Amino acid sequence: MVVGVSVQQPVASDHQLARLLQIGVVLEEVVEARAAKHADMADLDDTVRAFLREAAAESATHRERLDELVDALEADTIPFDDIKTLVEKQYEADQDFDGVLYDQLCNEETAYKFYDDLIDAIESSEVTLSIDRERLLSVLREIRADEETGVEDVTELMEKRE
Amino acid sequence: MNTADQYLKSIYLIQQLEDGSASTGAIADSLDVSPASANEMIGKLQDQGLARHEKYKGVDLTDEGIKRARDALQNYCIIERFLVEVLEVEDFRAEARQLEPVIDETVADRLDTIIDREPQCPDCFNAEDDVCGLLELEVDAAD
Repeated sequence: MVVGVSVQQPVASDHQLARLLQIGVVLEEVVEARAAKHADMADLDDTVRAFLREAAAESATHRERLDELVDALEADTIPFDDIKTLVEKQYEADQDFDGVLYDQLCNEETAYKFYDDLIDAIESSEVTLSIDRERLLSVLREIRADEETGVEDVTELMEKRE
Repeated sequence: MNTADQYLKSIYLIQQLEDGSASTGAIADSLDVSPASANEMIGKLQDQGLARHEKYKGVDLTDEGIKRARDALQNYCIIERFLVEVLEVEDFRAEARQLEPVIDETVADRLDTIIDREPQCPDCFNAEDDVCGLLELEVDAAD
């Protein structure tokens, strides 16, 4: 029967870690592409536009930091242009002004949750990874902290607009 | 996805394959856990009103259990499709199973924004092949 699922939670190998980091790269690329697209919307006030541009730039920085880790694990990274094309293809242009901020809140919350789970999965893993575990965790914790600040910032911006 | 959701998804798929109740042995096999562990979790699912366990018959999901199982299956479909369409992973079934416990549904929702998934998901899931029936057709067509 082919219905199996693993109940194992910790990161089990270099390969799985690389795959999870690749997913992180894609998530950042999705955030970057969507935030940049929203920042170009015509009827946006300057504060929101600046916020979205900053969020897109931050995602690009996160992506580069993850890319370095993926490289260190000798895996391939995922070109931003590929993901940007997919975002464009699937994008539904039904975002209004508040929808844009809500989308950004989802981006930041999702990224926070992803890094939080990933850090847990690495901390609870007992396998030997070919990458320095402390360096890996320190990068991921820094990115997670950025996402946490991001959630607070977008929430504040949304509250001001109410 | 938490462990309870993985059990619910497994029971749901076994019930589909068997067209009836799921035996504890089949559930344990599918999750690669001991029958004792499976029994313990099935008891918890029963306590939460998500499953019914009858001796000598097996396990059936309640309506609430089915709902949660279908959500879990949908997440699994997103992970499989993402691995195939975006990362072009050949051994996507095995990798999806490994990733399933680590990928939360909010993360799966974001990944869902860049994949092609049909509105009838997860009804198109083929339990025997452990993959979306429609995805398999697309892969065949591309060969």
